[in-house]
Amino acid sequence: MEDHLQNLYEVLSKVEGYVYPNEIELNWSILIVLYPYITGLVAGAFILASLERIFKLRILKPTYGLALLTALAFMLVATMPLISHLGKPFRAYEIMITPHLSSAMAIFGFVYLWYLMVVLLLEIWFDYRRDMVIWANETKGFKRFLYKVLSLWTTDISPKAVALDNKLGYIVTVIGIPSAFLLHGYVGFIFGSIKANPWWSTVLMPVIFLFSAMVSGIALVMLIYILLTKIRKLSIDMACLDMIAKYLFYFLIIDFALEGLDQIHRIYEAEESFEALHKLVFGKLFFTLFFMQGLFGTILPLLTLGTFQFYKPKEQIRKRIYLVVASLILVGIFFMRWNVVIGGQLFSKSFYGYTSFKIGLIGAEGYLMASIWLIIPFIILAFLLWLLPPWKKIEVDHEI
Amino acid sequence: MTQDKSKFSRRDFFKAGTIIVGGITVTSALAPFDGVLFATEPPKGEGKWYGIGIDINKCIGCGKCANACKLENNVPKAPFYFRSWVEQYTIKNDGTIIVESPNGGIDGFKQSVPDNEIFKSFFVPKMCNHCAKSPCVQVCPVGATFETPEGIVLVDENYCIGCRYCVQACPYGCRYIHPEKGTVDKCTLCIHRLKKGLQPACFEICPTEARIFGDLNDPKSKLNYFLKNHTCMVIKPHLNTGSKLFYNALSPEVR
Repeated sequence: MEDHLQNLYEVLSKVEGYVYPNEIELNWSILIVLYPYITGLVAGAFILASLERIFKLRILKPTYGLALLTALAFMLVATMPLISHLGKPFRAYEIMITPHLSSAMAIFGFVYLWYLMVVLLLEIWFDYRRDMVIWANETKGFKRFLYKVLSLWTTDISPKAVALDNKLGYIVTVIGIPSAFLLHGYVGFIFGSIKANPWWSTVLMPVIFLFSAMVSGIALVMLIYILLTKIRKLSIDMACLDMIAKYLFYFLIIDFALEGLDQIHRIYEAEESFEALHKLVFGKLFFTLFFMQGLFGTILPLLTLGTFQFYKPKEQIRKRIYLVVASLILVGIFFMRWNVVIGGQLFSKSFYGYTSFKIGLIGAEGYLMASIWLIIPFIILAFLLWLLPPWKKIEVDHEI
Repeated sequence: MTQDKSKFSRRDFFKAGTIIVGGITVTSALAPFDGVLFATEPPKGEGKWYGIGIDINKCIGCGKCANACKLENNVPKAPFYFRSWVEQYTIKNDGTIIVESPNGGIDGFKQSVPDNEIFKSFFVPKMCNHCAKSPCVQVCPVGATFETPEGIVLVDENYCIGCRYCVQACPYGCRYIHPEKGTVDKCTLCIHRLKKGLQPACFEICPTEARIFGDLNDPKSKLNYFLKNHTCMVIKPHLNTGSKLFYNALSPEVR
């Protein structure tokens, strides 16, 4: 409490121009930056998996299971930054039992549960059921018990049953694509529907969030795939990697075009808020917007991936460049979320001034806690990969 | 080019046209244009429907309202938490606009601009607009923020989860998270005083009667008299929040 006030006094001394007194405190901090970031990674990873399954891009097979498990690992953590950020975290369940239907936020719990329970868990379950039954017979002790529980004590692995699994899994994936769109488009709507905030209030926000989500999720799976094959000392499937890079390139173009359109539209319309936002962009957001998001997160990856479409260097070099590009994109999209969430609160709604954002190392809203929320999904993913290794699965052709 | 005249004749055109134009005319007559309260919905029901008037010409920037509010409602003393505050606008000769509100105006104001550089200067008291179409009520995920039948926007602090979405949604910066409670806090229009037949603290303390409080449903109320006799305006009318805080002599610089 005392620290909090001291922090605010420090921010008060750094206020430029005039902000409403209640605006000195930044209400949504780094945890709310993480929330759209993590849900975006989920949606993107899932879309990559769907490309293989629905759009029959067999070349992406090596990353199908990995993409699904990555989506699940991040999905399990997605709500945590949100809940821990609440003033009254133990009342979080109220959103589920007494949702206020005119609120965009109230629907989050349902969209989340739909996506987790109906889409991700079901798809993974249908995909792994046969393998879990087999693994339950092959293993002993706790792991055996775990497989039995996870397969819900089913034992039928006849071709007919497996074909049914496959068919149902396909249906779930078909439902999953619009659900993934819904999940992240919806997160964009939470911001885009706030008419009080001109930096957020744009009808393009859900679409921008969606495409940036796809970009970040695909980049994440690409990164994990490269690192995982390195750790497992296997040779990487370059054809698959090239195809991922190709789709990453396409989605990045759309994302860049949409964000560009948003900015051009703002500049051309130059509404009441224009001067204030202009100063924000060239002031407090200059580094994070133009360098981290723009140059490193978008332009450089775009140029590199674009060049690779007609000129491909040697595999070893290409692999390393993909690693760098994927990392750059992940950092870039993180800063895109940062620029939206933090940027949207730095200027006053009076358009007469700017507050500043101070973040500490420790505390529930500090860097340390934020990095923990980013590290936990990787630990969950490691566990999931140990439990449900996609490379040990019996190859199933998803052709139905 | 041939036309299929059997499908839509001139007679049909006139028929459809008459229905559309007539329909619009009749429905317009049923719901006449409400000039005074253009930014709000028509009053609901028969009971009281509270609104607020502030006469900028009368405000002397004493900050008593902001102070009274803090005392009456136990608002944290630190200068980041206000239910009610006063802003000083100074427009310089070169057109520069300077807005100040040190400690919400509670300790009074000092003019930072030399007299000869000032084009004009005035004070604007700010508080919750108790909007009829409140963005804050709209976005609350659990319905902890609600509008009473009397048109007062309140928060149930036993129910609020502290997500801060309403703070983001309020265009006027009238909400804050209470540092001790962890829930959102805002102007209640001193509903505890209203119930006793008293005026809200900030209205009662105002030495120049710059703040007028009243029932919009009562044609004889002081507020309706004020609205009739002054050219009043709400802040940020383009946001269509149905603000019920009407200012007389509101300059376009005020946001």
